[in-house]
Amino acid sequence: MGLYFLQRFALALSILFIAVSALYAIMVMLPGDPTSVLLGPRATEEMRANYALQMGLNDPVIVQILNFWGRIINGDLGQDVLRNRPVSEPVLQALPYTAALIAAAIIWSATLGILLGALSAAKRNTAFDRITGILSVAFIAAPSFVVALWSLLVFAVLLRWFPAIGAGEPGNLPDQLYHLILPGFAIGLSWVGYIARIVRASMLEVMSENHIRTASAFGIPRYRIIYIYALRVAVLPAVTVLGVGVGGLLSSAVFAEIVFARPGIGKLIYESVTSRNYPVVMGCMLVSIGFFLTCTLIADFINALLDPRLRSKK
Amino acid sequence: MKAVLQVQNLSVDFETQRGRLQALRDVSFSIDAGEIVGVVGESGCGKSTLIASLMRLLADNAILRSGSALLQDKDLLQISQRDMQALRGRDISVVFQDPMTALNPVISIGQQMIDIQHREQISKAEKRKRVINILEKVGIPDPASRLNAYPHEFSGGMRQRVCIAMALMMRPKLLIADEPTTALDATLEVQVLRLLQELQSEIGCSILFISHHLGVIAELCSKVIVMYAGEVVEYGPVSQIFRSPSHPYTRKLLECDPGRIKERSHVLPSIPGELPDLTQPPPGCIFRLRCDLATEKCLKQIPEAQAVSTDHWAKCHYAESAQ
Repeated sequence: MGLYFLQRFALALSILFIAVSALYAIMVMLPGDPTSVLLGPRATEEMRANYALQMGLNDPVIVQILNFWGRIINGDLGQDVLRNRPVSEPVLQALPYTAALIAAAIIWSATLGILLGALSAAKRNTAFDRITGILSVAFIAAPSFVVALWSLLVFAVLLRWFPAIGAGEPGNLPDQLYHLILPGFAIGLSWVGYIARIVRASMLEVMSENHIRTASAFGIPRYRIIYIYALRVAVLPAVTVLGVGVGGLLSSAVFAEIVFARPGIGKLIYESVTSRNYPVVMGCMLVSIGFFLTCTLIADFINALLDPRLRSKK
Repeated sequence: MKAVLQVQNLSVDFETQRGRLQALRDVSFSIDAGEIVGVVGESGCGKSTLIASLMRLLADNAILRSGSALLQDKDLLQISQRDMQALRGRDISVVFQDPMTALNPVISIGQQMIDIQHREQISKAEKRKRVINILEKVGIPDPASRLNAYPHEFSGGMRQRVCIAMALMMRPKLLIADEPTTALDATLEVQVLRLLQELQSEIGCSILFISHHLGVIAELCSKVIVMYAGEVVEYGPVSQIFRSPSHPYTRKLLECDPGRIKERSHVLPSIPGELPDLTQPPPGCIFRLRCDLATEKCLKQIPEAQAVSTDHWAKCHYAESAQ
């Protein structure tokens, strides 16, 4: 078990290194001169050259990347030159909001998706199965920003069941949870469909395996066979997909945070990209990639808890 | 002796795209208390359908056309699923062919074996004790420490021992052993057969033993059921059937047993021809097309079971003369 995790962790770290380096390189190569944005149109050529020198913008990309990593290892995400504060400040402020949003989306979509998938498989070819199938595909097909806009319109503006904007009063947990419901619903909806489909397919496969026949032959009750003997095996691919799906959820979070005017990494990235605030964009990228990799590690961990064969794998 | 299982005129069809496949036709036999009865026959002869029918685990497209299967006084084919559920694993149990896939991979064997006892009104500690006890009997070393182990941590032979322990834990009246040693190598095969024999005599259950291996049947069983294309073509005491088979199919099957080939040869003997298409069984005797003795009579008339001696019959017009 320990070795398995060490391996996974090392892999995650190397992915983090490669991904963030590549992103940095792409960012630097984007058209648009950061110095003119930062210093304004009235800056002289001399001021800009001076600033570029200060920021290390004249160095080769490789050197810039290595310098960047050198700073990160020392816990310095860089300086937000637009507002003159360390980058870590807005990023670490925003991260919990996004993490909470994604956690909310995963929790409700995984619970409902697994339940619907297992039930559809158990009631295969019934009306319930067909309706779930159609709904799942509809959920998958609906883009999350459309769902976000419509749910805002219907549940917040028309029905006034939920607050429309903001993340709730700081320190007031029930209020913050209340503000999580709509955005969490919006970005989780398509995942209900995905998970239900994956779990259904995987359940049907598992239900035809030999060990299910053995369990039936030994008189183990049907509900126990379906919800424990089969589901524990069938849920494994769904957990992996969810772990990877956090990447998709992060990009949905950008829309949801803008639509619902929530603070968060997505909104911060959007604002920083539009203002060419490179250091903050990089900080956000680094943190979101780190967050994403942490989530896949958690998925691996959950899978190892569910599947003893993974635990003893060398 | 009183029969533990009495199967009469069991016929099962499968609804397929090509039409109704008559997988079992008019299968009858009985198993006495404490008896081991073997079932032989080539692949596709209906052995698996027979097991699935008795366990009521048939696929959805199966249709029970006729027949009864009395386990003591309960008809396994007629009782409700609920009643059947109560019998499975307790009065009638199975050891399956492939121990590598027969056990749930993500639940510890201790838990799986405790789950089988869900109908018992005893404490969990007692259930555990019972599990340890039976695991010890099947030869798992230090069973108490192995309760939390998962199937992949056992070797193939050990897994089959665990499967046998699971099947016999509730002391069933009838155990169906579906080629329990086919997936094991020869040394393990002998060990597992010994084990089955020992436990059988201790528990006193009857066994329906399905196998391709004629030598194993000869050694283990007292009676044998010979199946061909969904029918029981011959039934009788092992000694008689092996010494003087009455059905031409049985005779050919015995000739194909590698253990009986005396001369060196480049070609292993086989039975020429193929199994008939069971969606449209040919008229007359089912074995007619592959039989050397087939006559006009075999085409016109389906042979009834002909008694050869007490408890020994064959479905062949020439059963007696063929001896």
